[in-house]
Amino acid sequence: MDFDLSEDHRLLQQSIREFAEEQLAPGAEERDQTAQMPQPLIDQIAELGLFGICIPEQYGGAGMDTISSCLVVEETSRACGGAGVLISAHNSLCVDPILAFGTEEQKQKFLPMLAGGTVGCLSLTEPGSGSDANAATCRAELRDDGWHITGTKCFVTNGGEAGLMVLIALSDPDHPKRRLSAFIVEKPWDGLRVGKLEKKMGIRCSSTAEFVFEDCVIPQENLLGERGRGIKVALATLDGGRLGIAAQALGIAEACLRESANYAKMRVQFDRPIAKFQAIQFKLADMAVGIEAARMQMLRGAWLKDRKRPYGVPAAMAKLLASEVCNRVADEAVQIFGGYGYICDYPVERYYRDARITNLYEGTSEIHRLVIGRGIMSQPALINEG
Amino acid sequence: MDFDLPEDVVAVRDMARKFAADYIAPNARKWDAEMDFPRELIDKLGELGFMGALIPVEYGGSGLGYLHFSAIIEELARHCGATALMVAAHNGLASAHIKLAANEEQKKKYLPRLASGEYLGAWCLTEPGCGSDAANMTTLAVRQGDEWVINGAKQFITSGGRSGVYVVICMTEPDKRAKGISTFLVERDNPGLKIGAKEDKFGMRGSDTVPLTFEDCRVPHSAMCGEYNKGFGDAMKVLERGRITIGTLSTGLARGALEEALSYAQQRQAFGKPLIEHQAIQFMLADMAMEIDAARLLVRKAAVTMDQTGQANFEAACCKLFASEIATKACLNAIQIGGGYGYTKDMPMERYMRDAKLCEIGEGSSQIQRMVIARHILSLENL
Repeated sequence: MDFDLSEDHRLLQQSIREFAEEQLAPGAEERDQTAQMPQPLIDQIAELGLFGICIPEQYGGAGMDTISSCLVVEETSRACGGAGVLISAHNSLCVDPILAFGTEEQKQKFLPMLAGGTVGCLSLTEPGSGSDANAATCRAELRDDGWHITGTKCFVTNGGEAGLMVLIALSDPDHPKRRLSAFIVEKPWDGLRVGKLEKKMGIRCSSTAEFVFEDCVIPQENLLGERGRGIKVALATLDGGRLGIAAQALGIAEACLRESANYAKMRVQFDRPIAKFQAIQFKLADMAVGIEAARMQMLRGAWLKDRKRPYGVPAAMAKLLASEVCNRVADEAVQIFGGYGYICDYPVERYYRDARITNLYEGTSEIHRLVIGRGIMSQPALINEG
Repeated sequence: MDFDLPEDVVAVRDMARKFAADYIAPNARKWDAEMDFPRELIDKLGELGFMGALIPVEYGGSGLGYLHFSAIIEELARHCGATALMVAAHNGLASAHIKLAANEEQKKKYLPRLASGEYLGAWCLTEPGCGSDAANMTTLAVRQGDEWVINGAKQFITSGGRSGVYVVICMTEPDKRAKGISTFLVERDNPGLKIGAKEDKFGMRGSDTVPLTFEDCRVPHSAMCGEYNKGFGDAMKVLERGRITIGTLSTGLARGALEEALSYAQQRQAFGKPLIEHQAIQFMLADMAMEIDAARLLVRKAAVTMDQTGQANFEAACCKLFASEIATKACLNAIQIGGGYGYTKDMPMERYMRDAKLCEIGEGSSQIQRMVIARHILSLENL
């Protein structure tokens, strides 16, 4: 048993932290205001190889493991939650399902594109189907010339920049169970209109798009996994995505703790730095403990995934805890900053807004409680083995 | 990075799990009601090697590390917090202090007896007037020739009623406060040691807690344990280790509460379906499971850090704070799920809850842990 990061992981963490501090942090406030992710920044991220972290080298990626990808998302999110989720969603929601379910031809065709900087996304959520992913109505009809897609997807993270998507659509409405299928859709996407880009509370530089499919035709060979097994693809993908969002939440929480501790040492009230007051010290302590606990669960989830062991419930625990910790920590950070925490001159106001998404997307906290609740009913080892 | 428990730890854990289920679980309610354990319990724990878990093999112990020990304590606490506390204090405080600070002769004299369970060990730091603020103690040891004469009072001494050896932390130079504190080993039959009546406690009732009075208690100079005036530092190191143990004890109690509540929620019907099918209940159980899992990971991290480096100040404080606070919450929620039955002594959750509360108080209160953690965070240059 050993909880230390390997030398390689530490070096990666260090280099990404430097990149984040030098390249991501300075423009984060502006990106938040303009709600734009500049293309040069995306190119920089691509050049660093962060779009191909877990893609095997034979397909043009860095061939690293899940722990590495979590570290990358955590470190980038410390500087900019929007950049963090750009990387997380690309890797977890688009690369991962192609790696896990794609044919050799699909991998050879699409993974090098993704590793090279074509941004990936997942189209799953619909206006009428969020947590209840099985209720999707976006239709996929197989005709001689391919799959015809008609319907609307929404809240697609990275939808504004994406050049490749994994799509979950209703292929077999009459089948009792196997109704949905997964597809790979690449640009140019004729028959697909990118609708409005959402104006959001936080992670504003990360695009969130509506996709309107109006008889968009995709080649038959772009079916991802078996026909009718789309929900399996979606759920397996979200298991991995949860680790990415746990990492994002952790990064935001760490940024809150860092800023709060630095501010508390500097801010003088009643003739002493507020860090000398127990009321402030204890907030910092609670923030730190929550972060420590969440980090352990995130790393354990990633470690299990890398060993190809079941990790769905551990990932759900990691995401639930990390996102809830992140929100508490961000709230306390604003409190420690007082009035200054409420204005936009200091970054904790942005962190607070960014934090709020983490317990909503890629499974709400409630969905994670469902996953965990069902898990512990049938697997006592989740409680007594750890 | 490796999250798997090593095989030998799994083996020890399974041994503890079986013993706890077979022997402790059927008796724990009685021990709680009677405020006592039978001697047989200590003998059995001694035979299993648990009384000497942390004591090196050369002194008759099992020579285990904190990772092993934390696995044992979690299993004992799963059914009885008081048993786990007795074993924890014996190993993690009294024996740990002797192992850390005593000279060879003292180790040879006491450790084998502590390892077998012949002697229980009591660690005496707290006083009526000083708990968290330990450096403010007033129990005084004064040198007279080749002897030390101890006068004062110690409070809330775990297993103090039946210990064979007492590790007593005293002022030797009061002006120097924390730098004027030394430790002495006092034997049970010392006429200057007066053992008070058992405290009637909220929880951890099977484990006795007593006040001790030292009235011209004379010990030879050779009874000094550790260096002169270095006792406070030793005591703080011992507490750091003890925190890991309380963290794992809390985890065990919380797990007990969850397992009992889960099993009840699967059987009990309400509105035409098992309780667990109601999200309000299922989500409570899910939160408990997630928090227990996180607590255990923090415990393991602290234990491994301690085993590898000999210190784990921040990690131990984190695990103790987190685990003890989620444990009381988990136990209260388990009672809630048990409803009226949960509120009775027919179900063990109310006992677990009473036991768990101690874990937020003993071996450094939650408030002290927050001070330790905040100090660490504020000292870091690059957060």
